[in-house]
Amino acid sequence: MKPVTAIIFKDILIEMRSKESVSSMLMFGVLVLTIFSFAFEPSSVDRSLIAPGILWVAFSFAAILGLNRSLAMEIDNDCLQGLLLAPLDRGSLYLGKVASNFTFMMMAELIVLPIFVIFNNLKFNLQFLEIAGIAVLGTLAIAAIGSILSTISANTRMKEVMLPVLQIPLTVPVVIASVEATSMVLSGETKGISSWLYLLAGFSIVYLTVSYLVFEFVVEE
Amino acid sequence: MPDTFALESEDIRKTFGHFTALAGVTLTVRRGEFVALFGRNGAGKTTFLKIAATLVRHTSGKLRVEGIDIREEPEKARRHIGFLSHNTYLYRDLSPVENLRFFSRLYGIPDSEERIMALLDRVGLRRRAADPVRAFSRGLHQRLGIARVMLHDPSVIMLDEPYTGLDANAVEILNQILDQAAAAGRTIILTSHDLEQGLRAATRAVVIDRGKIVFEGSPKGASIRDAYAAYIRVGVGR
Amino acid sequence: MRSKILGILVLVLMIANLYMIFVFAPNEATMGVIQRIFYFHLPFGISSYISAYLLGFGSIMYLIKHDLKWDRLAASTGEMGILFTSLSIMSGALWAKPVWGIWWTWDARLTLQFLLGLIFLSYLMLRAYLPEREKKAALGGVFGVLAMVDVPFNYLSIRWWRTQHPQPVILGGGLDTDMWKVMIVSFLAFAALYAYLLDRRMAIARVEEEVEYLEHAILAHD
Repeated sequence: MKPVTAIIFKDILIEMRSKESVSSMLMFGVLVLTIFSFAFEPSSVDRSLIAPGILWVAFSFAAILGLNRSLAMEIDNDCLQGLLLAPLDRGSLYLGKVASNFTFMMMAELIVLPIFVIFNNLKFNLQFLEIAGIAVLGTLAIAAIGSILSTISANTRMKEVMLPVLQIPLTVPVVIASVEATSMVLSGETKGISSWLYLLAGFSIVYLTVSYLVFEFVVEE
Repeated sequence: MPDTFALESEDIRKTFGHFTALAGVTLTVRRGEFVALFGRNGAGKTTFLKIAATLVRHTSGKLRVEGIDIREEPEKARRHIGFLSHNTYLYRDLSPVENLRFFSRLYGIPDSEERIMALLDRVGLRRRAADPVRAFSRGLHQRLGIARVMLHDPSVIMLDEPYTGLDANAVEILNQILDQAAAAGRTIILTSHDLEQGLRAATRAVVIDRGKIVFEGSPKGASIRDAYAAYIRVGVGR
Repeated sequence: MRSKILGILVLVLMIANLYMIFVFAPNEATMGVIQRIFYFHLPFGISSYISAYLLGFGSIMYLIKHDLKWDRLAASTGEMGILFTSLSIMSGALWAKPVWGIWWTWDARLTLQFLLGLIFLSYLMLRAYLPEREKKAALGGVFGVLAMVDVPFNYLSIRWWRTQHPQPVILGGGLDTDMWKVMIVSFLAFAALYAYLLDRRMAIARVEEEVEYLEHAILAHD
């Protein structure tokens, strides 16, 4: 088994045991959807206009939660150092983390999505699959940049609280692209949606590459 | 062709911003040696060991482990290195077996049940093999840490203050394992505060002060004790 | 010596610039006197983009060379970035309110400017909360690179976003030749000012570091 795969399996095993990451992300996502339902009087506004935004606010903040949890586990007992001792290059270590984070985020989102559909009286049809597809692209982008940013923020005196400060400004393109694409799917006018999808894909590719190259500067002293 | 040395450092320097942790450490360790590294807090012994283990990147100089330059081929070098600190690098939510299985996969060695159980036997953890590490005492933790270090049978074993916080049982086990490894020809480098424990099985003693080696010699005899008194006993007028 | 020459150059250029802006420049047809803010606003904006570029450059150079002088460049330009971004936004608001009646609008340029300001702020916050010099440089450097890579994505996504939802676009209008002369002098004056500020800030950073070094050295002698 390749070392990167071993890391992913280990993370999944721990998650199955502790159930902390996915459940907290899931809970948080649902709570955000709920709060917005109270914030906006259900009948007063066209739900489909604001729904995509609400969804991605929920996803963004749930992601931050999940990323912090994932990193906290590696800080406990200095486990990250154990990983650094392995015959594995730093960039691959980063990729393993991206894969784990992405997996857990998707697991939470795939439960939040149907709840989202129900709250907004949408349909479980092709649209739903398309929205899920956009979620996959957006989540990969967030996982790519979030995995390195969370490792950076863990070094600061503010610890996990620093992550949103670093992540939210940098992930604006991801949020805009995901929300716009989701809106287009909901409204049925999908002309130009491919630009947004390419942007999301491009973001992931660029950040996976750049982070792979610079990750060693984050973890080595 | 010259013999490969277990560890060769040439003028290793390390600065953290303004602070110079290592001011040029040159040390050659032959295979099979048991080196005890002494020094005060902040003298640089932990930094040096971490650099040798590729956890910290040196500012300048060269370092080779088993002939492999750690700058050029760090992953290859790490296969030969086992490093133990007072943090055990173990996952609390997993059992000893699961932890060792993970590390086996990480090092690309067979993760067979027998191999792992045999190792747990050596450190006296067979009975607790399936319990989550979360519940372990410090001594048990450290024993599992020792198992993790020996898992991939490294030829160079580096230990940073390994005796800190160990109960008598764990100290016994650690010494047994180290003696077995030394008898099998493995190279051991450890740092210690405690002169007697550090010198117990050492073949060479080294003292580091302010980032430089200030004493190197036999662990027997008075000279090491004098050096220890001069550089390590805090509060003694200098 | 160099900074004295630079300082005098800045003084001379700025005085010339102020003269150009307030005396020489013709009154703009529709907006009147207020339009003169534009001669400040545009250089402010350009300075903020130059800061972003230099921050990214300094960050990459530090990661490659590990020489703290590159980190000082990144840190200094980070501060100047937030300064000029704020000035750009404020001057923009002061200009927009009397002319168009609004303090703010989410048009492409303004949004991008604001986001850039947030990124500078995040960078400075990160550095502020990192306890050790080495970490400030290394992690600041990495974040600087990640932020620089983000700028093109920000630009694209915000532009497309705003073309998706058209807004009243705030145009500068054309500039006649006299106005161009003023603009050019303004660019030169602010370029000199930027260079001077950067030079001074980096000199101060160098001194701060030496002080820290001495403090360390003194404390180590116990």
